[in-house]
Amino acid sequence: MSSIGTGYDLSSSTYSLDGRIFQVEYAMKAVDNSGLCIGVRAKDGVVLAISKLVHSKLLVPKSNKRIASVDQHIGMVCPGLVADGKALIKRARLEAQNYKDNYRLPISGKMIADRMGQFVQAYTLYSSVRPFGCSTLIATYDEVGPSLYMIDPSGVYWGYFGCAVGKNKQIAKAEIEKLKLKEITAREAVMEVARIIYSVMEDDIKDRDYEIEYTWICDESNKKHTEVPSDLVEEAEKKAKESLDDDDDDDDMDDDE
Amino acid sequence: MNYPNPFADAIDYQRMEQHYDQEALDSLNAISPMTRTQQPIVTGTSVLAVKYKDGIMMTTDCLASYGSLARFRNVERMLKVGDSTIIGASGDISDFQYITYLMDKLMTKEYNANNGQPLAPENIYEYLSQVMYQRRNKFDPLWNALVVGGFQDGKSFLGYVNLRGTTYQSETIATGYGAYIAQPLLRNAVEKRNGEPLTEEEAKKLLDDCMRVLFYRDARSLNKLQRATVTAAGVNISEPYSLETEWAFAENIRGYGA
Repeated sequence: MSSIGTGYDLSSSTYSLDGRIFQVEYAMKAVDNSGLCIGVRAKDGVVLAISKLVHSKLLVPKSNKRIASVDQHIGMVCPGLVADGKALIKRARLEAQNYKDNYRLPISGKMIADRMGQFVQAYTLYSSVRPFGCSTLIATYDEVGPSLYMIDPSGVYWGYFGCAVGKNKQIAKAEIEKLKLKEITAREAVMEVARIIYSVMEDDIKDRDYEIEYTWICDESNKKHTEVPSDLVEEAEKKAKESLDDDDDDDDMDDDE
Repeated sequence: MNYPNPFADAIDYQRMEQHYDQEALDSLNAISPMTRTQQPIVTGTSVLAVKYKDGIMMTTDCLASYGSLARFRNVERMLKVGDSTIIGASGDISDFQYITYLMDKLMTKEYNANNGQPLAPENIYEYLSQVMYQRRNKFDPLWNALVVGGFQDGKSFLGYVNLRGTTYQSETIATGYGAYIAQPLLRNAVEKRNGEPLTEEEAKKLLDDCMRVLFYRDARSLNKLQRATVTAAGVNISEPYSLETEWAFAENIRGYGA
């Protein structure tokens, strides 16, 4: 399916004959291999979730968090190459502190998304560096309300009500589109996000060790980026698993007919 | 600005001394040490603090003086840092505002690091002590005397650090005039208890009585105080309040009343 970019895909500083920069597109492929990562912007907050396949039984559970805080009112996750993600998070924290140093104001979602978008884009200009192999989801809650931005390896970013990245993202996106995103509350969003992850990842996570991180910024968390309270996570995952079983039962019933 | 050219043959030292003070002359002369002396401009006076049964209690007045002028009379000289620490500041207020900025930066970094446990009062105290001493070594001090007080994991903490980087910890701490006038009163009250901690009411009365004496005797104080406590329930900084004072004796004094 992918076109062969012979000769035109060796560096970021080369266009292909049909006007594409293959290195950037290849970087996006790196993102597609990541575990499913979802962001949903609700009426009163934003929810981020990322599913991680645990690749070794020796890893300490819950010790390797992918979703990071960038100042108290911003949450950020970079599905894709983990080390690239950490470099981006470090930069975002620097940008946020720098903004606060100058204006004594926490940086807004729009501005941090722009700064990160410009930063990512800079790495698509030169043959001496490679583009970042991760998308970046930024969730914020500031004066204009909750906002969710996603930056892809080309530096392009948009504001979203809901977005999905990584394995099975198309199915996840289809599920997210079905939600009433303008009316949903952050609590409801957590439930829906869990349900979507479980239904979409069902085959991948069966019989495998996995971990799903959920964080949010909402009124309930005092507009601070925190992990979703464990009781809500438990409730959401329980309901998600139950709805999976219901689907299985429905499938069985269909077979009988 | 017209600096004199030290290499010029004819320098009128007489005239130069009229324009420049010793500081500037020293810096022109390469043999003298580099100095960056300072003076505090807008200042706060005493900070008092004691340990009591439930944690620690700290009091400051709400005045920022401009020399002898009582310039800003609604100033909060105590700062909450996290849920278990407060910092009380005397000395230069602009330096205290910079310390407030450093604390915000510190707490943001800690929040991002998501370390599981918050910074304890001892940690914040050590950080401030390092900053104060390093600035002193650069001859560019933050012109403050700070009291760091907190309560975490069932233990009270009370520490002092100043512009020279001198530190100490004690059951009672007082800065400024408080160190001369209030400290003996605080120590008397606490040390004769033989380890039995003050109750909240006793601590309140003790600090209020000391602040009352300070208002009588310290010419750079104000009768508008704030009291802060740090306990297991967290940090609480009160609204400003005033003390009852007795000035009727002045009526009998020639020049003041009679």
